[in-house]
Amino acid sequence: MESATWPDIGRMDDWARGDSPAHRLDARAKAVATLAFIVVVMSFPRREVSALVPFLLYPVVLTSVSRIPIGEIFRKMLVASPFAVFVGMFNPLLDRQPAAVVGTIVISGGWLSFASILLRFVLTVWAALALVGCTGIYRLVAGLERLGLPRVFAVQLLFLYRYLFVIANEGARMKRGVDARAGGKKALTLRVYGSLIGHLLLRSMDRAERVHRAMLARGYEGRVATLDRSRFRADDGFFVFGCLTAFGVARAWNLSAAIGRLVLGAAA
Amino acid sequence: MNAAAVEVRELWHAYPDGTEALRGVSFRIAPGEAVALVGGNGAGKSTLLLHLAGLLIPRRGEVRLGDLRVTRETAAAARRAIGMVFQDPDDQLFMPTVAEDVAFGPLNAGLEPDEAEARVVAALERVGAAHLRDRPPYRLSAGEKRAVALAAALAMSPEILLLDEPSSGLDPRGRRRLIELLREFPHTRIVATHDLELVVEVCSRAIVLDAGRVVADAPAEEALNDEPLMLAHALERPHILRHSHPHG
Amino acid sequence: MHMADALISPAVGGAFWAVSGGLIVYCARKIKQTLRENLVPMMGVLGAFIFAAQMLNFSIPGTGSSGHLGGGLILTILLGPHAAFIVMASVLTVQALFFADGGLLALGCNIFNLGFFPAFVAYPLIYRALAKDRRDGARASWAAVVAAVAGLELGAFFVVLQTQLSGISELPFGAFVLMMLPIHLAIGVVEGLATAAVVSFVAKARPEALPAAVYAPTPGRLRPVLIGFAVAALLFGGVASWFASTHPDGLEWSMFKVSGKEKLEAPSGGIHETLAGIQEKTAFLPNYGFKTAEGESAPEEAAAAWPAVSAGTSVSGVVGGILTLAAAGIVGLALRARAPRAVGGNG
Repeated sequence: MESATWPDIGRMDDWARGDSPAHRLDARAKAVATLAFIVVVMSFPRREVSALVPFLLYPVVLTSVSRIPIGEIFRKMLVASPFAVFVGMFNPLLDRQPAAVVGTIVISGGWLSFASILLRFVLTVWAALALVGCTGIYRLVAGLERLGLPRVFAVQLLFLYRYLFVIANEGARMKRGVDARAGGKKALTLRVYGSLIGHLLLRSMDRAERVHRAMLARGYEGRVATLDRSRFRADDGFFVFGCLTAFGVARAWNLSAAIGRLVLGAAA
Repeated sequence: MNAAAVEVRELWHAYPDGTEALRGVSFRIAPGEAVALVGGNGAGKSTLLLHLAGLLIPRRGEVRLGDLRVTRETAAAARRAIGMVFQDPDDQLFMPTVAEDVAFGPLNAGLEPDEAEARVVAALERVGAAHLRDRPPYRLSAGEKRAVALAAALAMSPEILLLDEPSSGLDPRGRRRLIELLREFPHTRIVATHDLELVVEVCSRAIVLDAGRVVADAPAEEALNDEPLMLAHALERPHILRHSHPHG
Repeated sequence: MHMADALISPAVGGAFWAVSGGLIVYCARKIKQTLRENLVPMMGVLGAFIFAAQMLNFSIPGTGSSGHLGGGLILTILLGPHAAFIVMASVLTVQALFFADGGLLALGCNIFNLGFFPAFVAYPLIYRALAKDRRDGARASWAAVVAAVAGLELGAFFVVLQTQLSGISELPFGAFVLMMLPIHLAIGVVEGLATAAVVSFVAKARPEALPAAVYAPTPGRLRPVLIGFAVAALLFGGVASWFASTHPDGLEWSMFKVSGKEKLEAPSGGIHETLAGIQEKTAFLPNYGFKTAEGESAPEEAAAAWPAVSAGTSVSGVVGGILTLAAAGIVGLALRARAPRAVGGNG
């Protein structure tokens, strides 16, 4: 739970408010395709590298079509990478079976599987960020709900997301107050921390009580109704079908190797 | 839309910790009237509003909205007659987009999505916020949030509008627009506020509360011009009255 | 400690999706039956609170480092297991979607590791058993620390288990466990202290905000077993962390035990010299070619992935991979040049 970069969540809302063919696809179509993508990517043998490369096309196309700033995607990936990199970097040390030869260089299985882990990481994380970036949490959750996500959980996601900004602002104000009086000392003693966070907690609970009243005042009776009227159109069907076919082909045949052979064959 | 009368008779309320917030409040408000609830902090304004909104049920005394007496059984119907604008718009705007939020009340009232949509459009236009419909509420300015909160209340087609500190957090221009809007509404309006100049401009009558009791109930200018009364109840005489209507 | 998509296999990811999904459905049903009216906004706001609380740190005496609240345990104390599980699941989902923390397929694993253990093990079986009805004082603090540590250690253990079952990382089980558990012992103590500090503040400032007993049923027979389990985990974590800190080569020793073999011959070649250099810097595994459990099967696997370890195939893979990469880049740039500027893109 070491995420600290919450404020730029709002940036992803900005991306999602854009308009592009990728934005206009139904959230369900994008969610299904992205999930299939991730499953297929993860289903490769652990030392596979070259066959994974063509899969980059999916997040690249989604990101480019919807004009999501690619630098920010990379920055997010970098922030999230330590665990996968940390665990993966042992592979080269632990698995030294020679597995491939390129020219005069012998590559061990460990390096291949490490490269594979990094590539998988980039692919899966990028695809997920692109999905959210061109859909937005709200349409995504509404879509998932229609795919069977329990309503309680869908509503929970929406409320959490909504109050993230409000409570985070309160937290930021308190932090500023503390920093102003801390005289350069960054961290608090446990006792002061307990009372600060405790205050924040009580304020959050009061907030929940007031929100509940506002809901009741507008006729809330235990069910949050939404206006979602998105429709699954033929385009969405083509998109899902096209993606699944492409993923299947790229899973069955190593396209990179095929292209390589073709080029080398032509050159020779 | 019909404006409804509001009647409160001998209303008492004590919170679980024993604090007596209301001690025998009575008044009657005619349909379409705009009335201010004024008083210092802890005078009982918020508790009174919660009773009028059907969010607290009278245990002693009674509250009538039009022909409806508010009880546990009629609370849901009472809430439908009321449009309430809360003090902090962040408490009120909890849905992901402005349009969803404004539609929340109509959908709960059982309207079909198309009808709800029509209500959304009309309400947002009424407050001049039609262009905000697809924005997430947390990215709005304070004035925009207030306008949307007002639209959310209007979309319920209420007979009575309750407003809790509607001008707090607004810049002068936002406040001016709010005042213009509130003056035009045909609804019965009850405004709890410290903004006495807003009272003078919007309300024809002021009910002054202190320690859970009504200490004055008079035409707005008369009540607010009564300097001893104002000072005695943690209030002050509004500046705009000092020049135009010197107190006799 | 968020599990990443890159490290798990679809089978493991899918299995834990099913488990966590089932738990969400079950908890959602339970929540619908509760009488607590304001639960919906309360859950949402408290989920947001967990995020916000993580912006503030406190100093850990004598270490120079600082810690913050994790979430699972305090949510359960405030909301009870079912609602807390849903809130944790939502927090992790938002982290996966917006921070790339964890991944979509790993989400099931993460929800299970970080949601299930605090809500359904640490809180009912350890915290409530140890704290009884105390919310404040030394006893409650100890209960929070023990419960937080147990919850996190179990979660960390499952991270290892899931990684192992997936077989993408080469880390041997024992070594990985020895790496994860001490780290999470420390994180758990911090989490427990933070939880205790906040709960004790609320207990003094507004006791009615803490529900007396949201969740009572602690099966009598099971309780001692689980407490024993928790204490064992605690001890194990403690010993392991002592071991790891005072005895850096202990890890090597344990990995040797795990692998059950003497050092293997390191194949010669340029890449391996580089490797040896890296190894010396990390001073972790000099001269050991572990992963011998797979020693026998590795050649076949390699053969499966690379039909023949011949220069020809590998080269075409590399060349083709680079070309494909370049093509993907060009496609991206081309689409970017063509697409009209997105409305909200300038934020």
